[in-house]
Amino acid sequence: MRFVYSKRFFVVSVILAVFLIAPAAMGAAGKLKIAIVAPSASNDLAFTQSIVDGIKAIQKERDVEVAITDGLFVVEDAAAAIRDYAKKGYDLVLAHGSQYGGSLKEIAPAFPKTAFAWGTAADTFGLPNVSSYEAASNEGGYAMGVMAAALSKKGSIGVVGPIEVGDAKLYVDGFVAGAKAHKPQIKVQVNYIGSFSDVALAAEAARALMAAAGADVLTGTAQMTVGAIGAARAKNVAWFGTQSNQAKLAPEIVVASQVYKWEVALRKILESMDKGVLGGQKYIINLANGGEAMEFNDAYKLPEDVKKVGMDTIKGIIGGSIKTGK
Amino acid sequence: MPMSDYFTATILIATVASGIRLATPFLLASLGESLGQRSGVLNLGVDGVMLLGAFGAYYAVLQTGSLMLGVIVGLLIGTFMGLLYAFISVTLQAEQGVSGIGIYLFGLGMSDLLFQKLVGTPRPIVPFPPLKIPLLSDIPVIGEMLFEHSLIVYMAFALVPIATLVITRTTYGMNVRAAGENPEAADSLGVSVSAVRYSTSIIGNTLAGLAGAALAIELGIFQQNLTNAMGFIAVALVYFGAWRPIGVMAGSLVFGIVASIVLQCKTVGIIPRSASDLAAMAPAVITILALVVVASRFHQPAALAKPFVREG
Repeated sequence: MRFVYSKRFFVVSVILAVFLIAPAAMGAAGKLKIAIVAPSASNDLAFTQSIVDGIKAIQKERDVEVAITDGLFVVEDAAAAIRDYAKKGYDLVLAHGSQYGGSLKEIAPAFPKTAFAWGTAADTFGLPNVSSYEAASNEGGYAMGVMAAALSKKGSIGVVGPIEVGDAKLYVDGFVAGAKAHKPQIKVQVNYIGSFSDVALAAEAARALMAAAGADVLTGTAQMTVGAIGAARAKNVAWFGTQSNQAKLAPEIVVASQVYKWEVALRKILESMDKGVLGGQKYIINLANGGEAMEFNDAYKLPEDVKKVGMDTIKGIIGGSIKTGK
Repeated sequence: MPMSDYFTATILIATVASGIRLATPFLLASLGESLGQRSGVLNLGVDGVMLLGAFGAYYAVLQTGSLMLGVIVGLLIGTFMGLLYAFISVTLQAEQGVSGIGIYLFGLGMSDLLFQKLVGTPRPIVPFPPLKIPLLSDIPVIGEMLFEHSLIVYMAFALVPIATLVITRTTYGMNVRAAGENPEAADSLGVSVSAVRYSTSIIGNTLAGLAGAALAIELGIFQQNLTNAMGFIAVALVYFGAWRPIGVMAGSLVFGIVASIVLQCKTVGIIPRSASDLAAMAPAVITILALVVVASRFHQPAALAKPFVREG
């Protein structure tokens, strides 16, 4: 019995050793290694999807090695992943979640040769190896608010939001401002359901907005809105999307989506790293620099006058004549 | 909008109907869990089973377009997981709290992995059509509130009297209760405690799989962590309902309707945005309060979470 135990132990430790040594031995030779730590799923058609799409765009331009750990809503888990990637020698670690700031502030100084980027945020903690990136989601939100107000026949619009913080708040405030700017008497009902991931609650929130508030145009932000989109689809109510192109989810009702093109910011971070600067800059994507793109859904029959007022609004925001009230 | 406007027919109907819809997955999952717990098996992996059932159902409907097939796949996944869990907790006699969490983590990860690999970009599926019950759905107000739901909702609520009958009036139900209260005595009378616990684990997890399937099809989509810890709330509702089907139904409805009231109040403006986060806590807080009240009146099955070892 004792002999068998020793033999098994030996075999297991050899296997473990192979798995531990081999990756280090195979090691990277020159290729830039980028890691992403994100709070929700890579295919959430919202926040995390946007950064995954961004890095995929970068991969078409540069030869980089990418590792993604998603679904880390819990900050401690994300902190462990960020630290782990830094230890493994990744060149750039993207902490894609506003809640990761505190952890990043602690971890970054311990790895001065690693570049970190925090989004969505506007704070680099004064650390030389931390950049921050955010989206001016209020801009696209404003333009879509204008279009929603123009599109709504009943004069009532509904918004399904997660929690009133960060990117979500920016978007919703911009949307409401745009709608009210186009039609001051329009009713915009905002419902922050209190969760980023409760899909069932988001669906019911959308139904409540359609039934009780009589909304005939809806919008929302964050990954749980897939539930709201489903509910809107069942009632054939128009939907404006953000963060990612949501047209495939409900081609009959999605009017347009404000798509985040994070590659605009990522390119600048990588160019800066090429020059040896690992951080210290704050980046923002907006309509002007192409970081935010308004993607209309061709399958939706949008009246020409509504589209025109939307496009004019976008031009005005880019040109500076329209202030979205950030 | 003043409080009095809340009580218009439209909003009342929307509140109750929405509450019933929200309650249904909780009801199915906690009915299953209560059966298992009644026989002495604690299953904390309900959420994981729900997620696997949800993905299975979603994928089946996506590939074939058949809602029935989706429901069946969800059921079968639950059955399989029930068999697995019974093996782990009854035969291997593992620590049930820990093994349940293991099942949860497995379900959470596996459903997401399969979703990302097999589906990738999310595609919608057609949800259950509402089924109007003839005559009953024509009753003003109540008709629209109660009798215009999907088949799964009716099935879930129909299970409550069936479960009550089974537990209280059949020999099987008596064996289940015996296995949970005093397995030694049951064993001495010739009841196979293992077989009873295997059966309740299988039935209970089948219902959890069904709950997941119902959720995914109702929402018309799948997503990572779709259930959002619903399974854990279902376990809490079992305690709330004092391990009785009627109690569990009451608990699910309280949870669903409170959540629905909060939604409607936010929609009509009674709850301002500043109180939004506080209001979101309401269903959980009310459930905790109710739990405190109930806990003092009813005791849990004496042999809950204790593996039964046959002496001699």
